Amino acid sequence: MLKKTGKHPLYKSVDRRSFLKGTAFGLASLAIPFGTSDASVWDAFFQKHFREMDDDEIKSVIKRMEKEYADEYKTDFKIKTTGPLPGVKFGYGLDLSLCIGCRRCVYACVKENNQSRDPQIHWITVLQFKNGERWVNVFEEADRYYNPQEVPEEGHFYMPVQCQQCENPPCVKVCPTQATWKERDGIVVIDYNWCIGCRYCMAACPYGARHFNWGKPHIDKSEINPDVHYFGNRPRYKGVVEKCTFCIQRTRENPGRYPACVEICPVGARKFGNLLDPESEIRYCIENKRVFRLKEDLNTSPKFYYFFSI
Amino acid sequence: MSDLFQPAKNLFTAMKFVAKGGKWYYGWLALLSLFIFIGAISYIKQLDKGMILTAMRDQVSWGFYISNFTFLVGVAAAAVLLVVPAYLYNFKPIKEIVLLGEILAITAIIMCLMFVISDLGRPERGWHILPLIGAMHFPASLLAWDVLVLNGYLAINCIAVFYVLYRLSLGKEYKMSVLWPIIILSIPWAISIHTVTAFLYNGLSARPFWNASILAPRFIASALCSGPALMLLIFQIVRRVSKMEISNTAIFKIAELIAYTMGLNLFLFAAEFFKEFYSGSVHLAPMQYLYFGLHGHSNLVIWMWLAFIFNLTAFFIFLRPKTRENFFTLNLACVLIITGVYIEKGMGLIVPGFIPDVLGEIYEYGPSLIEKGVALGIWAAGALFFTLFLKFALPVYTGELRFKSSGFERKE
Repeated sequence: MLKKTGKHPLYKSVDRRSFLKGTAFGLASLAIPFGTSDASVWDAFFQKHFREMDDDEIKSVIKRMEKEYADEYKTDFKIKTTGPLPGVKFGYGLDLSLCIGCRRCVYACVKENNQSRDPQIHWITVLQFKNGERWVNVFEEADRYYNPQEVPEEGHFYMPVQCQQCENPPCVKVCPTQATWKERDGIVVIDYNWCIGCRYCMAACPYGARHFNWGKPHIDKSEINPDVHYFGNRPRYKGVVEKCTFCIQRTRENPGRYPACVEICPVGARKFGNLLDPESEIRYCIENKRVFRLKEDLNTSPKFYYFFSI
Repeated sequence: MSDLFQPAKNLFTAMKFVAKGGKWYYGWLALLSLFIFIGAISYIKQLDKGMILTAMRDQVSWGFYISNFTFLVGVAAAAVLLVVPAYLYNFKPIKEIVLLGEILAITAIIMCLMFVISDLGRPERGWHILPLIGAMHFPASLLAWDVLVLNGYLAINCIAVFYVLYRLSLGKEYKMSVLWPIIILSIPWAISIHTVTAFLYNGLSARPFWNASILAPRFIASALCSGPALMLLIFQIVRRVSKMEISNTAIFKIAELIAYTMGLNLFLFAAEFFKEFYSGSVHLAPMQYLYFGLHGHSNLVIWMWLAFIFNLTAFFIFLRPKTRENFFTLNLACVLIITGVYIEKGMGLIVPGFIPDVLGEIYEYGPSLIEKGVALGIWAAGALFFTLFLKFALPVYTGELRFKSSGFERKE
């Protein structure tokens, strides 16, 4: 399962962890009044790195989290930990000749992935360019706050940017705690319970794909999506980093579903599929259209392809 | 004659020394305590509401805290590096320089750690970065390297200072045969902490302003200006308030050395300035923002030119024997350099890494009140720690404070 997806330099986890637990419990009992020391707070504090946990530990963590989320949002949550499907590597295509800059993808993503509404977090940024201006790799002339009555605006074109799911992700390389890594299906995930919020990954990401919970995320109870994945759209915490996961909670199902942004796009500009399947739509696009990837000079090798159908 | 309570009695003696002082001393402590209080309140607020109380946002995701951290790594490194010229020129007060430099290094590293922790979104998870109990991402993450070298440096300097003070407090001379290996280790280590910290930014290809090979050399050069300048001020205060003797010759020699390191710093700056502006590629934007403003955004321009003028003025003051041997101009130049490098290696280094951001947006950053409060508190905590440490270490050094042996150690 997921546990075996990557190398991990750690061993003997149980012994040292329980040692730490004992010491810290001793110290903590001095500091925290007994009445308020809820056991689940401490379970959360001592929760291990996801890839160090065995199946039973994962189960108990999920149970604890489902209860925490249910208490907070008054809805029953189902937290999946579905691993990568064998023989799958996800790729994404975006047809720039069709995109009209309507931002439906942005808001479908917010809704599906339980992004904080206040403060507002968007995983997709749509850049607007004037015809004839510099673009592709120089974004200084881009406007990401365009707000006209109607889109598309005459003389403008649009380029949505989100996590490019790099094959060679700089964010993963720099994370000091291994809280983020690339899974076998190519999705770069974050363990929101292991991230310390140092934001080194945000400095390293060339695409502005990573977002920080500067304040406590707030979502109306009525707008919550309770069908969540551990690495994906479960509600986040204050002080951790989050990002697009190609809707891991949908795409890892079997049969899989399209990411919310692909599903909502009114002009069909967004394509998604398995790069390892020669018959897939994404492979067709790569092989038959003029594709390019953002900031190729950085050798991050994104699995996010922009192309032109017209 | 072994006495179980002797350590406690010794502690009491030390406390008496630390607690004794004139009205200036108490006033200083009171002022620092007030600042620490302000800092604590600010930090508690930040913990409660989150980092939304800072002015940092996704576009500029590091700010004032990391700027201060970077500057202080330089101070920590350079204080100890003074040992090299002190040894080469055979200064008489070399031991004093070593001791003061190492205490300053300890203080600066502790402040660095406080600044980094203030910058964490989840400080209670800080242990995740540690080896063995956490999941340190070594050797891939430069931040993991930084944790190792900074804490290693802290340990080395603590051991050295503890050894010297321990021997002296019992009225015994410390052995240079024990101390030298530690000092010899600490010198390359001092270079390493600043190099690793530079590499932390240098390695990010997403940020062209940092992704320039000149970054690490400029770090070292500017640290070799600000660290010694700070030490010169501390030397003068110390020899005024204690019996420790530091000769003018040593002070003037260090001032002369600062002229050379500042010359180097200005040269490296010119090299970077030329490359960026002459070639004028799209990667010029951050430099353009710093020195001339970009698309009407120019918050840092005045500061960057001030820093440049400060550094240049100090360079000439230290270059001329007449002005560097006059204590008024000497101290003026020290203050100019500390301020100049603080701007250049603080906000002037961190913020332009994020302006324009990777998607071309310009978000002008300036620290919020909470960030200023926390920073004030950390600076005051550092100053308090340094003051109290010296208040104890100086009388031990000059022989005014002596402990009785608890009788446990072997006789010599």
